[in-house]
Amino acid sequence: MNEAFIFDAVRTPRGKGKKDGSLHEVTPVHLLGNLFNALENRNSLDTSQVDDVVIGCVTPVGEQGADIARTAILYSGWAENVPGVTQSRFCASGLESVNLAAMKVMSGQEDLIVAGGVESMSRWPMGSDGGAWAMDPRINEQLGFAPQGIGADLIASLEGFSRHDVDAFAVRSQQLAAKAHAAGRFAKTLVPVRDLNGMIVLDHDETVRGSTTTDSLSSLKASFEQMGVMGFDSTALRKYTTLEKINHVHHAGNSSGIVDGAALMLIGSAPKGKALGLKPRARIRSVAVIGSEPTIMLTGIAPAAEKALRKAGMSIKDIDLFEINEAFAAVVMKAVRALNIDMDKVNVNGGSIAMGHPLGATGCIILATLLDELERQDKQVGLASLCVGAGMGIATIIERV
Amino acid sequence: MSAVQMTVDADGIATLTMDLVDRPMNVLNEALMAPFADYIAKIEADAAIKGVILTSAKREFLAGADIDMVFGITDPKLAFEVAERLKQMLRRLELCGRPVVAALNGTALGGGLEVALACHWRVAINDPKAKFGLPEVKLGLLPGGGGTQRLPRMIGIQASLPLMLEGKELNVEAAKQQGIINELAADKAEMLAKAKSWCLANPKPVQPWDDKKFKWPGGDARHPAVVQVFAIAPSMAGAKTQGNYPAATNIMSCVYEGGIVDFESGCRIESRYFANLVVSQVSKNMIGTLWFQLNSINKGKSRPEGFPKSKVQKLGILGAGMMGAGIAYVSAKVGIECVLLDSTIEAAEKGKAYSAGLLDKAIKKGRETPAGKGVFLDRIKATTDYADLAGCDLVIEAVFEDRAIKADVTKKTEAVIPATATFASNTSTLPITGLATASLRPEQFIGLHFFSPVDKMPLVEIIIGEKTSKATLAKGFDYVQQIKKTPIVVNDSRGFYTSRSFATYVMEGMALLQEGQHPRSIEMAGLKAGMPVGPLALQDEVSLSLSVHVMEQTKKDLAAEGKPYVGHPSEPLILKMCKELNRPGKKAGKGFYDYPEAGTKGEKKLWPELTTVFPLKEQLSQQELVERMMFAQANEAARCFEENVVMTVADANIGSIFGWGFAPHQGGALQYINAYGVSKFVARAEALAVQYGPRFKPAAILVKMAGEGKRFE
Repeated sequence: MNEAFIFDAVRTPRGKGKKDGSLHEVTPVHLLGNLFNALENRNSLDTSQVDDVVIGCVTPVGEQGADIARTAILYSGWAENVPGVTQSRFCASGLESVNLAAMKVMSGQEDLIVAGGVESMSRWPMGSDGGAWAMDPRINEQLGFAPQGIGADLIASLEGFSRHDVDAFAVRSQQLAAKAHAAGRFAKTLVPVRDLNGMIVLDHDETVRGSTTTDSLSSLKASFEQMGVMGFDSTALRKYTTLEKINHVHHAGNSSGIVDGAALMLIGSAPKGKALGLKPRARIRSVAVIGSEPTIMLTGIAPAAEKALRKAGMSIKDIDLFEINEAFAAVVMKAVRALNIDMDKVNVNGGSIAMGHPLGATGCIILATLLDELERQDKQVGLASLCVGAGMGIATIIERV
Repeated sequence: MSAVQMTVDADGIATLTMDLVDRPMNVLNEALMAPFADYIAKIEADAAIKGVILTSAKREFLAGADIDMVFGITDPKLAFEVAERLKQMLRRLELCGRPVVAALNGTALGGGLEVALACHWRVAINDPKAKFGLPEVKLGLLPGGGGTQRLPRMIGIQASLPLMLEGKELNVEAAKQQGIINELAADKAEMLAKAKSWCLANPKPVQPWDDKKFKWPGGDARHPAVVQVFAIAPSMAGAKTQGNYPAATNIMSCVYEGGIVDFESGCRIESRYFANLVVSQVSKNMIGTLWFQLNSINKGKSRPEGFPKSKVQKLGILGAGMMGAGIAYVSAKVGIECVLLDSTIEAAEKGKAYSAGLLDKAIKKGRETPAGKGVFLDRIKATTDYADLAGCDLVIEAVFEDRAIKADVTKKTEAVIPATATFASNTSTLPITGLATASLRPEQFIGLHFFSPVDKMPLVEIIIGEKTSKATLAKGFDYVQQIKKTPIVVNDSRGFYTSRSFATYVMEGMALLQEGQHPRSIEMAGLKAGMPVGPLALQDEVSLSLSVHVMEQTKKDLAAEGKPYVGHPSEPLILKMCKELNRPGKKAGKGFYDYPEAGTKGEKKLWPELTTVFPLKEQLSQQELVERMMFAQANEAARCFEENVVMTVADANIGSIFGWGFAPHQGGALQYINAYGVSKFVARAEALAVQYGPRFKPAAILVKMAGEGKRFE
């Protein structure tokens, strides 16, 4: 089997995903366009050498519809021979793109791939694409549909995480993110979003608030309590029979932020990299994806990570740093407990609670953050993982070269 | 005095009256915006003010932005800030918490209409001469004062797009019908009264887009019907613009993207696209030429000073063919008494009937009345009698391009017209100085070169012969302005300025065909260059036989003058088409194209044998074809400037656009060189000369300018 290497990664800053967010006025194609141009310029890339572009996008409707990957390639003036595919594995889509790219390269069928994702959540809100899982009552009922937040609160209840526990985790995320920003730790990967005049629209993650405290969070109302009481709690409790009540602890301050953003990663084989003068930064050791119980939905991280470790022939102790997507505070806390790992190795520069979770892009973003941090600390191996809608998990292990 | 005055009446209704000192019209310049903003602040702070009426003391309400200021901006950030500042001011006005009414006493265009759109209600005097619209696109710009956001939210995306993309100027009725104006008033007093009573009846108005329940009329940009509109809109625009006008694209982007986001974000998006256009080469080209240079021409820059403005009362026209008939029409239209003379009364009447035909069309469109037609036609006397020319101030001959015939009619005419009258020739090719030798008064002899069709083409090329006096030039200039056309003034030369430069376009197209380029690719490249018609189709219109005639005449003339004749590589092809293949052009139904028989429907088609007769060789890129055709024209225009045939940059640029349809987005034939960069142009022309022949050698003046780092100013 061939090896797949990461040559470069770029991402946009994440803009608040509301109409007063800075990236609301930027089309998702333009978000990607900025990054395609950056990737081309940073690597003096002959774009005709790219075999495929895989873009994750969870809400591929409207401006994000009709295969935004191919649209953005052409918009960016890349060679016409570069194809593109858009895929969705819900919140894992960004990492799914990376994993598909890695597998394409490993299989030997293709040699150079751009993987990434995009989501303009302010313009095309979550759920704009519908889906039988939620909207078809027969299927909804059969699958035991409940929103992610119910699953997160269910995890917290099962694991005994209190409101204070999850809020403390959120404060950690904000503080680490603020510190990382102040130290310029994202500078390598972060490419400011510019308009067609070259004027900067946004050059930093917009939702970071280093001043957040558990006190300031304590006033926020639990987001999922009302809908839980209306019926979702009972759907969950029919499956989790040992639990008497769901403790609704998640709210806007300890859940991932709704933001706009995009990311790209350049992945390829060693010979191709050599031919194009690209320097490999890391080898993709293994990739994994699993399915898990869909109502609680968000417990797929540990099994996915374990599967990736098995494939790589590694043990959890071999991993120097983790990036686990902060979909909700309880998700990461549960994963850390399940994997029996040290929290000090996890999300050391904050996560989606502070910086937001642009659904289709996040997986790619956290893997890039992981690689930057491995390089900064001069460590070797990292694992990125996300929980995924409808009960799935994904993981990727990289090793610096 | 401040450019804005405010009075407050007993009911607390404030009237803001715009009146820029020392300017004929109100424009959104600093002098107006500063006091405007101050008054908005005062209104916000004064609870006693219950409503605001915005009006003007000029004939027009507000003519638009300050083009001088916009033209000077080269930094997109500054352009962005300028747009944002205006928008913030208007935003404060519409959010000031009390009714604001635009009392439109007259024309409101561009920024002027945008100000009105930011008011809660618009009442206009029912003045058929007033115009309303967003014509920024015509100068390569877009409405940057919120117009691309307010108008679609007011009348719908589908209705607003053409208004902005075509820059349509609506009369007051049409503006009311489109929903841009809410109410009409008979006069100023009624307008102000209606404005006031609306204020009193609507103490807390909210703009539709600030209403939480706002629904886009016809749907926002996500609506399936609107999605369909945007799917085809770029193709519809592109069919006209060939992608040469970024303003069209940017306007569509403003409306589309604005239709996805909230009003405030939409406004910022608009400022970004506005800034992009302000600093674009295309807008600089268009504003420089179609605004500043055109204005300087209209103000009489090329008219000699010191001669009182003259007016033609009675005009004689010799020859009632296409040109003569058209000249009669445009002259009678402005009230000039015309004598239309031809050798037979049938021919003369046929010339007069041309006006009748145009008037009938105008009646059908409601722009003329049968009575008006009668009065109009009474001004044109069709005749064969030279005696009818008695009393003419000006006579224009438009007879066959033959020296002997022209000399003959000149003599016959001068025998009857007053000694003070001006005699003009509408020749397009024959030197005026030579024709003037037939005249008793060569100092009163001048060239007035009209373009066909006369009623549509906006330009007249005035040619000064060796002996033409300044007084005669002034008279000719005044006449051209009297018939509402744009005059450019050129010196006598073979083909003058326009015909000579225009010919290079067509000849280059034919040279390309001769070289084995695909005929359709040549035509396409002509269109992509921004020319209205491909070179081969144009040559068919002009007719190949006429070109052969001119070619032979030129050869003869030069031989007589003892000068060498330099041929063009297209000549063998013209001769072959005309003489060997008997395809002389459109009139004969066959040239480069096959034409449907007269009276039958159908489209012209490129003659399929062309690629057999002129076998295809290796194909050049479209860009190469475009550059060859543009360089040929621009270089020839530069030579004309060098030889003093055309004397001002303004005349050269405007003459090229209005005369032969040179790409308007390039700002004219000399501006093309400026925009390309004079040094770069010289280098490229030299390379073309090496590759394709000495005709591309850069004009000496360009080499000199490149050396001195100068450009056409």
